[in-house]
Amino acid sequence: MAKAMSGAMTGARMVVQALKDQGVDVVFGYPGGAVLPIYDEIFLQNDIRHILVRHEQGAIHMAEGYARSTGKVGVALVTSGPGATNAVTGLTDALLDSIPIVVLSGQVPTFMIGTDGFQEADTVGITRPCTKMNWLVKDTAKLADTIHQAFHVAKSGRPGPVLVDIPKDVQFATAEYTPVQRARTSHYQPRLKGDIDAITAMVEMLETAERPVFYTGGGVINSGSGASQLLREFVEATGFPITSTLMGLGAYPASGKNWLGMLGMHGLYEANLAMHGCDLMINVGARFDDRITGRIKDFSPHSRKVHIDIDASSINKVIRVDVPILGDVGHVLEDALRIWKARGRKVNKEGLAKWWKQIAEWRAVNCLDYKGSTKVIKPQYALQRLEALTKGMDRYITTEVGQHQMWAAQFLGFEAPNRWMTSGGLGTMGYGLPASIGVQIAHPEALVINVAGEASWLMNMQEMGTAMQFRAPVKQFILNNERLGMVRQWQELLHGERYSQSWSESLPDFVKLAEAFGCKGIKVSDPADLDDAILEMIRYDGPVIFDCLVEKHENCFPMIPSGKPHNEMLLGEADTQGVIKAAGAVLV
Amino acid sequence: MSALNIKRGSTSHSAYDLRDPNAEVIESHTLAILVENEPGVLARVIGLFSGRGYNIESLTVAETDHARHLSRITIVTSGTPQVIDQIEAQLRRMVPVHDVHDLTAEGPSVQRELALFKVAGKGEARIEALRLAEIFRAHVVDSTLESFVFEMTGTPEKIDSFADLMRPLGLKEIARTGVAALSRGV
Ligand SMILES: Cc1ncc(C[n+]2csc(CCOP(=O)(O)OP(=O)(O)O)c2C)c(N)n1
Ligand SMILES: [Mg+2]
Repeated sequence: MAKAMSGAMTGARMVVQALKDQGVDVVFGYPGGAVLPIYDEIFLQNDIRHILVRHEQGAIHMAEGYARSTGKVGVALVTSGPGATNAVTGLTDALLDSIPIVVLSGQVPTFMIGTDGFQEADTVGITRPCTKMNWLVKDTAKLADTIHQAFHVAKSGRPGPVLVDIPKDVQFATAEYTPVQRARTSHYQPRLKGDIDAITAMVEMLETAERPVFYTGGGVINSGSGASQLLREFVEATGFPITSTLMGLGAYPASGKNWLGMLGMHGLYEANLAMHGCDLMINVGARFDDRITGRIKDFSPHSRKVHIDIDASSINKVIRVDVPILGDVGHVLEDALRIWKARGRKVNKEGLAKWWKQIAEWRAVNCLDYKGSTKVIKPQYALQRLEALTKGMDRYITTEVGQHQMWAAQFLGFEAPNRWMTSGGLGTMGYGLPASIGVQIAHPEALVINVAGEASWLMNMQEMGTAMQFRAPVKQFILNNERLGMVRQWQELLHGERYSQSWSESLPDFVKLAEAFGCKGIKVSDPADLDDAILEMIRYDGPVIFDCLVEKHENCFPMIPSGKPHNEMLLGEADTQGVIKAAGAVLV
Repeated sequence: MSALNIKRGSTSHSAYDLRDPNAEVIESHTLAILVENEPGVLARVIGLFSGRGYNIESLTVAETDHARHLSRITIVTSGTPQVIDQIEAQLRRMVPVHDVHDLTAEGPSVQRELALFKVAGKGEARIEALRLAEIFRAHVVDSTLESFVFEMTGTPEKIDSFADLMRPLGLKEIARTGVAALSRGV
């Protein structure tokens, strides 16, 4: 008995031990009464670094940034009640974008659950719809095993957020620790290999297709760098054009010759028209989101569709496909390439040549063109300069949500996966600043830039304190239009130019704000000063708040209004008169 | 063709025939869901239905495998074929769900529900209620001079029709268990 109990320890120590055994090196968190025993254990060790955030939402987005930029699981620790409820937005964000994170929350002691105790909230109840899985651990003996399960679930199959709720008495009590090797094997083992018949059917289709297109998404990134590598090989070898969703940018390099640019509501003309006009669509790890499809009825009407996805519920959810392939993107691409090569690397050369000619005509439209200015900084210009001056650097980009986010996706080029962190599915304003800190903590030497709108940025600006404390030299590149720009754009196009509540009034002086936090503030409003200002930002060894005053009424084009098909895209101001009908106005 | 058993689309215009809710028939399906018998699992399954706007016509749940700690949830739901497929896929990807069977799609199945009926009445009506109960093979499990409680097991349709017959004869209350179902054969 004495021997068997050699691994006995308190629940609090188990938490730290389990994190170490899972290879965790950093935890983003905020203490409170219900997690004090765990904080004690954190105090007593040096292997795991704790990043003290300023708001629990910040902790979750940091864990997301960390996870997305490393391919590892991000970890956050919050207290009961308000600590846990503050985590809800971040959990939902991670669920919609399939980001693997483990959140540990404190809970009132088991004997007080249900009594409306101080800082009691039904955390597993509240977070059930916004986690992939969650657990309330009532027995210390099961705690370590549950944490191991949590990591397994977070990263297996379609990744996502999980939460483990740990009552305070469970943290104090003592039990035998369960090492990883002895954790229960989970029945949850999503299948990775795709059905060979289905893969062969896809290969047959791509051998003859006249107008094929690869439509790729965040699933390629989640599948790991090997998947991106295979995708590149496949694209180069077949010579097919490729487009990607917002979430998939970087899987195929922006400088690659087959790259059409991002597709979707603010995607490129050539990308959307290729989707509309193709005869074979190969969806690799994307999910036919409504930002992508536009009007369902008219979505890519002449194509046969293949869909590779690890999540069966994504297949045939929105768009019915001809060949569903359930499996991990990397595994499926590997098999597909092998089969395609074995069958003689056939493609329809003649058809492809015509298709590329057509695409060249669409490209010639030059859909990202905008009217330049020497008096005021155009947001597109600011991003072009940022791109030019940071190209080739070890660079990571995060964004907030709004027009600036779409312009960043359009004007910045991503050459590798895991370099682009943005809130796609939930569209969470306030994501970018904490995410940039999470990225920087994981990559201390890299250049990490948050492309922000002034309104979004204010939503979690308290995290500048975190950046200062932990010497995370994140660059906050704020495209300040003094507007809730994206809202303003919709009001202009859909609501008769009634600009209800879409001004950013009473903005802080961002330079003074930077000084108040103890970091550097830079303000620029003249296009002639922009380059020097950007260089100053890059060279500064520490966090920077960069207040870039830009044109206030610029609209983001191209735009496919909600409820419109891909081929009814607005390319510029001239196209916008009265285009969106009431039916489209009810959509978001 | 694939593990999903999703038939390959027969036309090259696959996106045309989608989600026209008026054009597609609503079908009723019985799903058997094997889940871990843990707190919160039922809430997760039900939350899926409410959160995504699916119907629940009936639901039963109980532990069926004590050793493996598994419960069986039987849900009768309705929707277009595409929605039914989607429900099954959504259930399948839930972590505590071990297995899902669409008993309606997989072949013939046996469906049974247990119901209790309280019928109050005197004279002719009371005699008629008893006579009908015999025809329906309902048992009397409680009786007073003015009332019976009948117990009946059968398909939901049979229970519905018995209830219809009892209504004019003094039906006061019904309690139903919801459907339990198994596929026929092995
Ligand atoms: C938390 C949250 N609240 C509201 C919205 C709706 N919304 C989308 S974009 C936007 C305006 C963003 O303004 P800003 O950050 O300045 O970016 P801009 O569009 O001006 O570039 C708003 C309010 C949202 N996405 N997230
Ligand atoms: Mg703005």
